[in-house]
Amino acid sequence: MTANAPTPRPGGRPIGRAAFLGTVATGVGSIALLSRYSGSVQAAIQKVSAAVPGVNQIAPTAGWRIYTVADQMPTFNAATFKLKVSGHVANPVTLSWSEVDALATETQVTDFHCVTGWSVDKVHWEGFRARTLIDLVRPAGNARYVTFVSTEAPYVDQLTLAQFTAPGVMVAKKQDGVALKQEHGAPLRLVVPAMYGYKSVKWVGEIRFDAKRADGYWEQNGYDVDAFIGRSNGLTGS
Amino acid sequence: MGSPAPERIVRFSGTVRLAHWLLASTFFVMLFTGMCLYLPALSRLVGRPTAKAWHLWSAIALLVGIAVLLLIGNRRSLTGVVRDADRLDQDDVAWLKGGPRRLFDHDDAPPQGRLNAGQKLNTMVMLGLMVVLAISGTLLWLGERDTTYRFGGSVLTHDLASLAIGFLVMGHLYLALVHPTTRHALRGMVVGDVDRAWAERNHATWAMSESVQSAERNA
Ligand code: HEM
Repeated sequence: MTANAPTPRPGGRPIGRAAFLGTVATGVGSIALLSRYSGSVQAAIQKVSAAVPGVNQIAPTAGWRIYTVADQMPTFNAATFKLKVSGHVANPVTLSWSEVDALATETQVTDFHCVTGWSVDKVHWEGFRARTLIDLVRPAGNARYVTFVSTEAPYVDQLTLAQFTAPGVMVAKKQDGVALKQEHGAPLRLVVPAMYGYKSVKWVGEIRFDAKRADGYWEQNGYDVDAFIGRSNGLTGS
Repeated sequence: MGSPAPERIVRFSGTVRLAHWLLASTFFVMLFTGMCLYLPALSRLVGRPTAKAWHLWSAIALLVGIAVLLLIGNRRSLTGVVRDADRLDQDDVAWLKGGPRRLFDHDDAPPQGRLNAGQKLNTMVMLGLMVVLAISGTLLWLGERDTTYRFGGSVLTHDLASLAIGFLVMGHLYLALVHPTTRHALRGMVVGDVDRAWAERNHATWAMSESVQSAERNA
C-alpha cells in the first residue's frame, strides 16, 4: 500500500454533493455571465431555433417575450375600435380604425430592449409620428406630457412632449411587415427605441395631452420615469 | 389458500414520501404556470397574473412544506436519503461506467444500494437545479420591485434551468412509470415498501444490509 493513499471511507465518496454544488455554481455563474453577455447568447439561441422549423411559432425564441398585466389580452375589432385623443388640445378627436389607418405613416428599423434583459435587434416598424397627431389635435401650450392609456387596464405610461416628438418614436400599426399581432399590442402600440420596453405601451386606446406629470404602471413600482437604455434603472452607462 | 404474499421491505419513510410528492406536485404547478408565462399560446389559456400568482405561491408552498417536514417530520429518514444520494462507492462508479446499458441488463451490474448511482446523481442534480430556479426566480421577483436586483442573466438562467430539469423529469417519469425493470420502484414511493426479490435483483447491497439488520433485530 502507498503510504499516503487515503483509506476509502466506508460509505464511498461525496460525489453527490459535488454534483449538487456544481449545478448550483453553474447556475449562479450563468446568472452572472449571461447578465454580461445576454446579447450574444440570445443571438446564438435565435440562430439555433431558427434552424428548427416550428420552434419560433410556439416558443419566444425569436427574442420576444410577451408581458401582460391583465388576465385577458385586449382583442382588436376594426369595426368598433376607437382611438381617443384628448386632454389639453384645441381639437380633441375620437378616431375610428379606418381613420387611424389613413394617417400618414413612416417606417423604421430599430432595436427593442426589455428592462428584464432581453433584446430583439432590427425590428421593422410602420406607424404614424407624433407630428401627425399634433397637427391634427393642436395641443395647448401647457400640454407638456403625453399619456398613453392601454386598453389593457391598468397599464398606462407617459412621455414628455419632447420625448414623444423625438426621432425614432412612433405609434406603430405594423411590425416586420404585417399588422401588429395581438400579443404585440394590436392594433396600435407605442415604440420608443431609446427607452426600455415598458415605455412602449401596447394596445393604445387613448392618447392624452396633459399638463401634469404622472407615474405609469411600472414607475408606480419603482422603475425610472426616463427609462433610457443603459442609463436608467440602476445602470449608469459608460 | 392463495400463494403467500410476497415478502416486502421498507424503502422510504412517510416523511420521505411526503417530501417527494410535495416536490412533485408543486413542481408541476410551477412547470405548467411557468410555461404559461413563457409561451404566448398558453398565456391566452391562463392569464399572466393568474399564472404568476400560482407560480409564486407554489414556490412558497414548497419551501414552507419542506421546513415543516424538517421540523415535525422524521428528519433522520430525510437526511438519510440525502446522505445515500451523496455517497458513491466503487460499485457505483463501476455501475456508472456501464452507461445507459445499465437500464437494460442488470445481470453483470455491480450491486447497488438503496439508490443506484444514476438515481443518486439525478437526485442531486435535480436538487441543485431547484436551488438555481429558486435563486433566479427570487431575483426576478425582487428585480420587479427594486432595480438593484435586476440582472439580465436571471431570466435566461431561469429558462435554461427549467429546460434542463424538464428533460430530467421526463427521463425520471419514463423510468418510474414505464420502464419494466424500474417501474416497480413506484410502489416504494407510494406505499413505502418494495418486493424483497426485486430489491435483491436491483438493489442487492441495500437488500442484503436490510436482511442483516432484520436478522439482528430478531436475534
Ligand atoms: C422555486 C422557486 C421559483 C421561483 C421563486 C420562481 C419565480 C419566477 C418568477 C418571478 C418568474 C417571472 C414571471 C414573470 O415573467 O413575470 C418566473 C418565470 C418562469 N418560471 Fe419560475 N420560479 C420558481 C421555480 C420554477 C420552476 C420549478 C420552474 C419549472 C420547472 C419554473 C419555470 C418558469 C418559467 C418557464 C418561467 C417563464 C420565464 C420567461 O418568461 O422566460 N420556475 N419564475
